[in-house]
Amino acid sequence: MGTLLIMIVFGLFFAAIFTGGYNNTLIQRARKTTAWDWLTSVDHKKIGVMYFMAGIFYFVVGGLEALFMRYQLLVPGNDAFVGRTFNELLTMHGTTMIFFAAMPLIFGLINVVMPLQIGARDVAFPFLNSLGFWLFFFGALLTNMGWIFGGAPDAGWTSYVQLALNEYSPGPGVDYYVLGLQIAGAGTTMSGINFLVTILNMRTKGMSLLRMPMFTWTSLITSVLIIFAMPPLTIALLLLMMDRLFGANFFDHVMGGSAVLWEHLFWIFGHPEVYIVVLPAFGIMSDIFSTFSKKKLFGYNSMVFATSLIGFLGFMVWVHHMFTVGLGPVSNSIFAIATMLIAIPTGIKVFNWLFTMWGGELTFPVAMKWAIGFIPTFVIGGMTGIMLAAPPADFQYQDSYFVVAHFHYVLIGGTVFALLAGAYYWWPKMFGKMLSERLGNWHFWLFFIGFHLTFFPQHFLGLFGMPRRVFTYEPNVGLEYINQVSTFGAILMGIGTIIFAWNMIQSFRSKKIAAADPWDGRSLEWATETPVPFYNFAQLPEVRGVDAFWLEKQAGNKQMTPAEPLGKIHMPSGSHIPFLMSIALFVGGWGLIARSWQIGVMGLLAFGVTMFMRSFDRDHGFYVKPKELLDKEAKS
Amino acid sequence: MAHHPVEIKPGMHLETATFEGKNKVMGFWMFLGAETVLFACLFGTYLALRNQTVNGPSGAELFDPVLVAVATAILLFSSLTSVFAMMAMNKLDKKGMLFWLGVTVLLGLSFLVLEIYEFVHYIHEGHTFMSSAFGSSFYALVGTHGAHVTFGIIWISTIMYQAWKWGINTETAPKLFVSSLYWHFIDVVWVFIFTLVYLLGMVG
Repeated sequence: MGTLLIMIVFGLFFAAIFTGGYNNTLIQRARKTTAWDWLTSVDHKKIGVMYFMAGIFYFVVGGLEALFMRYQLLVPGNDAFVGRTFNELLTMHGTTMIFFAAMPLIFGLINVVMPLQIGARDVAFPFLNSLGFWLFFFGALLTNMGWIFGGAPDAGWTSYVQLALNEYSPGPGVDYYVLGLQIAGAGTTMSGINFLVTILNMRTKGMSLLRMPMFTWTSLITSVLIIFAMPPLTIALLLLMMDRLFGANFFDHVMGGSAVLWEHLFWIFGHPEVYIVVLPAFGIMSDIFSTFSKKKLFGYNSMVFATSLIGFLGFMVWVHHMFTVGLGPVSNSIFAIATMLIAIPTGIKVFNWLFTMWGGELTFPVAMKWAIGFIPTFVIGGMTGIMLAAPPADFQYQDSYFVVAHFHYVLIGGTVFALLAGAYYWWPKMFGKMLSERLGNWHFWLFFIGFHLTFFPQHFLGLFGMPRRVFTYEPNVGLEYINQVSTFGAILMGIGTIIFAWNMIQSFRSKKIAAADPWDGRSLEWATETPVPFYNFAQLPEVRGVDAFWLEKQAGNKQMTPAEPLGKIHMPSGSHIPFLMSIALFVGGWGLIARSWQIGVMGLLAFGVTMFMRSFDRDHGFYVKPKELLDKEAKS
Repeated sequence: MAHHPVEIKPGMHLETATFEGKNKVMGFWMFLGAETVLFACLFGTYLALRNQTVNGPSGAELFDPVLVAVATAILLFSSLTSVFAMMAMNKLDKKGMLFWLGVTVLLGLSFLVLEIYEFVHYIHEGHTFMSSAFGSSFYALVGTHGAHVTFGIIWISTIMYQAWKWGINTETAPKLFVSSLYWHFIDVVWVFIFTLVYLLGMVG
């Protein structure tokens, strides 16, 4: 009862402050601040930047967790981070890197770049875009709150039951995982729907589907994967929450529940998730190879086909994570074959990239270095993937460092390299400044060498029998030296990341505005001014083929041909409701974690109230005159 | 992004007359795609666990075909009335539309009352959320559907109020249209629940 009263009083206070009933000048002043502008922004570029910066933050957090683990494994029998602490580190490293680093970095790039590439002024649902970001933000925050209050999740990023049930994971740790990911996941689903509708409905005149840049294509397929892959996670987390919080028996075998059910639901989500994070990476690479080879992407149509095929097959292979469960030889064989099939479209892509560079006019800025470094790295990861896809061999590799080495080769060698390449490539469009190439080179070489030093030896650790997820190992069985090389490599990656951070700071401090088209680019984002005006294009451009901007430049035009006369532009208004909605769910989620039903229910009710606020919000945006129109009017 | 005022005529598809409306309808179809997968997972869970009754009663002992048939008929009929509402909307007949939406909401409410009665009855029989894996998966599936019906009732009532106050226009029409899509969707889900939970449960 006491908590309830306190919550109501607090709620009234906040309501009074936010509605201006307490002190109107305060709220008026707050509305003029930069923070309010970002908090309420529905501009896809600002939301993209927020996603990107949040992603970088969690990339550093997840990286520190990895460094702590490598420090623990430096010598056998080390006692720096043992037992539960190590479990927390490895769980949060995986969870953070996948959900709170890779996903937001990808969403950041998609948000900033994709609408520009298709010649749109914003995404289809700007409000939903903002809501998606804030749900991700508060979901990530909630998951990480475990570090301070009651212990972080410690059942692995896959959170297998029975381990993740109350009996073996007492305390709130896994609850943070369940509710934090649920909130962040809701945001992800919304963004998937938003991106898909944007790409299908908002393309400018002449931008047919088969003229879209490869990054937009992979964003489209990724969005489809998100829409169909996130619901199984939602259900898996819902059922786990029911088991942990409300005494249900989905997974408790004593009461008839099934542990394999969790594995199915989790991997029906989990495997497509791998393609959700790697397909946009392929798109980034394709754009970069084509730009820095000064050639049209080789085999554009086959690239589109391969991407779609990978997306489709991605749903057909989840059992390869469960070969050792004992589902029988028939099901293992079917899923093994489906898994190996994915190598075909992936191979098509690799050869297309090589042939794009073949005979091209190559230049090697940092972005291109990441892209070229990606090919052999990713191919190594793909080869070990084929090895793991054979069930009899998988029985030997499973739960060893060989698996760790494999998925770091594809996730870092694929996704992270691509995201860093994309960061160097699109930085001038995102922030209006350039990143230093000199520091970038240091970053690339340290990170690239460090990466291979860290993970290449781990193949051998696995083959020599070192199990993953265990915080120590025996001396004198030949594991010390390899572990030390691995830790040394991790330190190099850490130094590389510090240099990247320094590079970012230097670029924010510099006053020099980047050129609008610094790389002699091919797609529409390079046809905008830098910094990009909030309405993107004063006049929407007309597209005449693949590599729309390049075609115009080849035809001797400096700019795109406009598809509409100069006129007033309709833009959506900012809104503070997404922020309130996300806070409401954050409070509700935390209430459930703390087993305080009053706070949980109040959070959900507050969420309901914010939904009504949205439904009755009749602000339909505003009209703005672009700079060009104002100039013209001033002249006449 | 054309944002010109649209001339409203009876018989036109008001819900997709504006660019925002087109986006909204397409986005909602995508959302229903996600919802389909969501329910598919719950169905899968139920089918995997439905024989794990531990010592409690099984579906064959519990389910009452008459009650469920009545509930099914009510929900199917409410889908029809929501179609009438959409037809009235396209004719710009506000009164007719509000009437049929009202009937839809009332039918939804009576479905919900029957479902709650059914659940209370089951709990007395010893079939609860916590009694067995069968119980958990049954209430998770049917309960999630019931929660969707509840949300639909609140949603449609809210939009009825808005349509009553603001009229049928390019702002309210897409809202009305997607809420009716939603209503059809939960109706279709119920058809699967009726088949895979109740009919399959009764034959054992």
